[in-house]
Amino acid sequence: MNKRYILSLIAVVVLFLIAYLGVEAVPASKWLFGILIPYVALIVFVAGFIRRLLSWSRSAVPFAIPTTGGQQKSLKWIKPSTIDSPSSKSAVFIRMLLEIVTFRSLFRNTRMKLKEGRVTYQLEIFLWVGALAFHYAFFTVLFRHLRFFTHPTPLPVQLVENLDSFFRMEIMQDFIQIGVPGVYLSGLVLLAAVTYLFLRRIFIGNVKYISLASDYFPLFLIFGIAFTGIMMRYVLKTDVAAAKELTMGLVTFRWSIPGNVSSIFFVHLFFVSVLLAYFPFSKLMHLGGIFFSPTRNMRTDTRAVRHVNPWNYPVNVHTYEEYEDDFRDKMIEAGLPVDKMPEPQEASAEDEEPAAKPEEPEAGAADAATAPEEKE
Amino acid sequence: MSNRKGVIIGIVVFLAVVTFPFLYNRGKAAPAPEVELTEKAKAAKQCVRSTDYMQREHMKILDLWRHTVVRRGERIYVNPQGKEFNMSLSNTCLDCHSNKTEFCDRCHDYASVRPYCWDCHIDNPKESK
Repeated sequence: MNKRYILSLIAVVVLFLIAYLGVEAVPASKWLFGILIPYVALIVFVAGFIRRLLSWSRSAVPFAIPTTGGQQKSLKWIKPSTIDSPSSKSAVFIRMLLEIVTFRSLFRNTRMKLKEGRVTYQLEIFLWVGALAFHYAFFTVLFRHLRFFTHPTPLPVQLVENLDSFFRMEIMQDFIQIGVPGVYLSGLVLLAAVTYLFLRRIFIGNVKYISLASDYFPLFLIFGIAFTGIMMRYVLKTDVAAAKELTMGLVTFRWSIPGNVSSIFFVHLFFVSVLLAYFPFSKLMHLGGIFFSPTRNMRTDTRAVRHVNPWNYPVNVHTYEEYEDDFRDKMIEAGLPVDKMPEPQEASAEDEEPAAKPEEPEAGAADAATAPEEKE
Repeated sequence: MSNRKGVIIGIVVFLAVVTFPFLYNRGKAAPAPEVELTEKAKAAKQCVRSTDYMQREHMKILDLWRHTVVRRGERIYVNPQGKEFNMSLSNTCLDCHSNKTEFCDRCHDYASVRPYCWDCHIDNPKESK
């Protein structure tokens, strides 16, 4: 038992009850759950998402921190790893693209184990498989749902629907009949993957240790969305034409609440609204965040190009030459060695490059990181 | 990150994706279609089950009928009111609902559903195309 996931579970159950009991007890609240809340959620989603992107775009990147997965480009006779250590913009693009569509960094996941007294690192592929299944299934489900928000339904959506339901399965029992409408694989894969991603957080000790309520809540919520959707399609049933009339009303601003839309539909819609509104404030923002990750979107050209820290400010330094100028006479009097013998001349040229001499301890912490490169 | 152009492109793409359904439909009303009943269907007053039930679960009934007929060889369906029906798409359903384009297709097209009933059941002579 762990209060982090129990609390998240309770939160989702409460959300279910709010929508279900609300619609069952007060029919007028269908306007709230079917029209008002979805709009509010969408506005929060869009505004919050853009606000988050803008704030990320304004934040500084003090250091060059691209993750390297291979040999950096250096001398001609050393073979660079073009994609894993990209040195050009196009290579970064390819790396980002492959990261986004195939999750290459998750594929590198290893698990450390003691095997016959030796430490071994084994490929641990299940997180990658689970994540890939989850994201693609979710995307397919989302794309398929365009049939409720477009009229006429565009051809690509129809093609995806056909492809998704190609596998005919039927359960014909007295108490349950599933088979028509055709079973969508993406829904089942989504449910299975989200279940796996949850169980993984429960049963793998070190993953459980770092899991927070903000990890569990979206998993439960997405489980709830997939589950209510699947129940609505195959078991509890709702009038699809009426459901589409409602959703089309949302996107054409001609609102209506058809009478024969069942309560489970409003629960499903409410869950989706909550997910949308929660999205910009949650870890789900990795959808936008991946593009702003300096570890991924920077070039690994740290040896060739100097990265200037935007936090750098002009530091007032007092170089040794200036110090010697100030005290040369006294130093000579005391018999200390000096660099310049006291010719009748004044030092003035040093002031030209105040930040470029790191020898002085006053140079400050902000400058320290760039100091080694500046010697060259 | 100070890639201003990239950020603006990203936000524009995001907005385009999110507002796609609004732009695609551009305020054109798309209410659920009205289905037309034939004289025969009107005269029968009620279908095999209630209208509400049929709207939601007709596909389930058809699937069950097919299963019962093909696997078990039973042809008689008794509804909750005790009325008996011959379990047949061509001879029972399409007997009343002989107007496929005005009845079946309207909702199916609206909801982007493409049932495979008519892949086989093209034999009904009563169907008026």
